[in-house]
Amino acid sequence: MAKRSAPEVNAGSMADIAFLLLIFFLVTTTIETDSGLNRRLPPIDDTEVTPPIIRQKNIFTVLINGRNQLMVEDELMELKDLRKAAVEFLDNGGGSGEDACTYCKGKKDPKSSDNPDKAIISLKNERETKYGTYISVQNELVAAYNQLRDRRATELYGKTLKEMEANYSDVNWIGNKESLKEKIDRVKVEYPQKLSEVQ
Amino acid sequence: MAKFNKKKSGDLPAISTASLPDIVFMLLFFFMVATTMRETTLKIENKLPYADQVEKLDKKDLIMYIYIGKPQEAFQGQYGKESRIQLNDKFADLVDIKSFIASERATKREELVPFLTVALKVDENANMGLVSDVKQELRKENALKINYTTRKGDISQNK
Repeated sequence: MAKRSAPEVNAGSMADIAFLLLIFFLVTTTIETDSGLNRRLPPIDDTEVTPPIIRQKNIFTVLINGRNQLMVEDELMELKDLRKAAVEFLDNGGGSGEDACTYCKGKKDPKSSDNPDKAIISLKNERETKYGTYISVQNELVAAYNQLRDRRATELYGKTLKEMEANYSDVNWIGNKESLKEKIDRVKVEYPQKLSEVQ
Repeated sequence: MAKFNKKKSGDLPAISTASLPDIVFMLLFFFMVATTMRETTLKIENKLPYADQVEKLDKKDLIMYIYIGKPQEAFQGQYGKESRIQLNDKFADLVDIKSFIASERATKREELVPFLTVALKVDENANMGLVSDVKQELRKENALKINYTTRKGDISQNK
């Protein structure tokens, strides 16, 4: 018998097959957005407990009206000024004695908040408020907290909170994770995120 | 002079397409890795707002998605132009959230239930009224961990 070499398979249609698959994946999948602003809703409390009395000076009210205008502490404000105002309020440290804040760098105005632990930001909105504006405001307020936390973290440990958290979740990071967690928690306790969304 | 016009055949040589499949496969693998399967078909407009202080959501399987937005044009005749809630593949009302949460919880292992997060994917033009109602409903169901899903970007892009 004559020795026959195996015939070569025609690969010309390979590209077509690959294109078909590619187009299928392009159509059926999305590049997922899976990041956002994390919030915790307050639980519904049925028990008849009188809420603790919070002094007016420790509350920073932000109201967004139906025309997407901002009212901060009874004054009209532009969105770009909100972050600075929030930082000033949180970092004021106007308390004395037990309420004194040793790490605040604010103006120590007795008319503003006592310390970051007592300072509460209350965010109100109307039903007509646009969601985009609401998120912008939330973003600015979270930014104010992050700014203060980062500053404090840099002061204490020479790293921003973001870097510390990145290290904490990084499996390849070499170091003591438990003490790192304690450090992160300390910064978070010193500037707790007390942001209340009023219904 | 015949020496010089020896190779003048006139035709352009064909470009080899042998590496075309490789290129296409490369693209294919990129898309397979970088994207995820679309789980629900959106029936609403869902243009998420921008924010830059975002945290990443991990553990994909522990997220429940609630979509809010204006119905797409094809559905506007039936459902109107006001913002609606979409759960899984269909339009829903506020009262449906309760059963939605319950059914999502039933599919997860019991010890994982406290870690379930509700991702609110709300169109930037939606009104806060509906969002507040949904939040109130979630509070009733004790699903307190929520996430306002946003795109990464400067807030000045929110119109």
